[in-house]
Amino acid sequence: MNFLTYLISGISLGSVYAIIALGYTMVYGIAKMLNFAHGDFIMVGCYAIFSIVSATSGSPAGMILGVVAATVICTLVGVTTERVAYRPLREAGSPLAVLITAIGVSYLLENLALLIFGSDPKSFTPVITWSGISIGALRIQGVTIVTIAVSLLVLICLTWFIGNTKSGQAMLAVAQDRGAATLMGINVNKTITMTFAIGSALAAIAGALQCSAYPTLTPYTGAMPGIKAFVAAVLGGIGSIPGAMIGGILLGIIEILGRSYISSQLADAIVFGVLIVVLLVRPTGILGKKIQEKV
Amino acid sequence: MALLEVSDLKVYYGVIQALKGISFKVEKGEIVALIGANGAGKTTTLHTIAGLLKAGSGSIIYKDKDISKIPGHEIVSMGMAQVPEGRRVFADMTVAQNLALGAFTRTDKKEIADTLAQIYDRFPRLSERQNQLAGTLSGGEQQMLAMGRALMSHPDIILMDEPSMGLSPLLVNEIFDIIESVHKDGTTVLLVEQNAKKALSIADRAYVLETGSISMEGKASDLLHNEAVRKAYLGE
Repeated sequence: MNFLTYLISGISLGSVYAIIALGYTMVYGIAKMLNFAHGDFIMVGCYAIFSIVSATSGSPAGMILGVVAATVICTLVGVTTERVAYRPLREAGSPLAVLITAIGVSYLLENLALLIFGSDPKSFTPVITWSGISIGALRIQGVTIVTIAVSLLVLICLTWFIGNTKSGQAMLAVAQDRGAATLMGINVNKTITMTFAIGSALAAIAGALQCSAYPTLTPYTGAMPGIKAFVAAVLGGIGSIPGAMIGGILLGIIEILGRSYISSQLADAIVFGVLIVVLLVRPTGILGKKIQEKV
Repeated sequence: MALLEVSDLKVYYGVIQALKGISFKVEKGEIVALIGANGAGKTTTLHTIAGLLKAGSGSIIYKDKDISKIPGHEIVSMGMAQVPEGRRVFADMTVAQNLALGAFTRTDKKEIADTLAQIYDRFPRLSERQNQLAGTLSGGEQQMLAMGRALMSHPDIILMDEPSMGLSPLLVNEIFDIIESVHKDGTTVLLVEQNAKKALSIADRAYVLETGSISMEGKASDLLHNEAVRKAYLGE
């Protein structure tokens, strides 16, 4: 029974990683950049929910409003970051400068949060208050069920969006060949902006789930899940959407099982050990494709 | 006024000048060939017209409008399509999805469906392979897909970059037959080719591009019999 409990909480944690990893992987696949500030978008979302939930003294309507506002704010932050910080450098043709700028944006967001909210951890009123269900001796918490359900819903919606809408197809085209996409009449910059918008909105959702499961909030709340989600994206094959989902869930399971059976202090080391092993054994990840250099 | 008129076009890659001020025009209803050796600037010319590269100076007048400063994705909806060098189909997408992307700038679903039906008529092999990933097609089929995809935008002018590259002689003939039939149906064609003989045999007029400058121009049939062209480009 213990194993099942661990497994389910691993899947739940992994679902949060998966949603964050989706944002990483989409931005990487389409804009060809690693947005290292992505984890901090989660933190922005968490503070947005925190502020609104506190202001409305924890009413259920306030929570819903908080999640919606967090999504809007994260989307705006993501789109603005792309427009102001990344696009000019991308157009100047400097991938390394974009990467360094992303790290800069990450520090900027963390320190802005420090300035506005201070360094004291905020304790968070959980967004999800449902106590969950029991099957025999197995207890599954409400937040676990909601997290897994939301992730599944996100994956289904995203897959449908990409496969069945013009904008989704444009994203796939830009991911494969920007020049050819332009020749189809696709506005590449607009498509990249949209990718950032979706990725950032996903970060807000991940933030809401993360804060429900671990209700303490500091300016660095997003950093660790952000990096782990990056590992998840690499594990699944960066650029691949189902890969991010599989990588995220696997990593969550590895982390929880590692924490439970090996050592709780080594759990993070195990997670990053996975990254090293993946890079050594299968650098393209589980679903990643071999990148062929064009001659 | 010509449908497309390029005047004194100069293009640079950093400090290297790829086009040293070329001028040419394409009248409505013509097939114009741009021939020349590898590295002469043929692809650079087409990429600059399509807005993938920035023009250093000069003008590109299309339908009475200078398009040299217009972003590439907006040029497509003005009725100009390109079949790029190396085909550049979206390998991880199906044939049908590739063709649908070709109609990205169009909105009328019924008209798009009509065009799609015409394209499947013209390329029965694409019709058979609608659900196959483009990356798994043969070279000839990919070329047909790239052409079909460009035609999906229902262009007034189609720019083709080395459509015969890497194909067997039999397929080359097939591709050129298709170009002629597309032209017959009313599309103006600007054809860039290394296969000068085939290009000159279907073109109305032609320009010879040599290291970034136009060295010769004239009626295609005249160039086909020109001593210098025969020596340099037809291997005779």
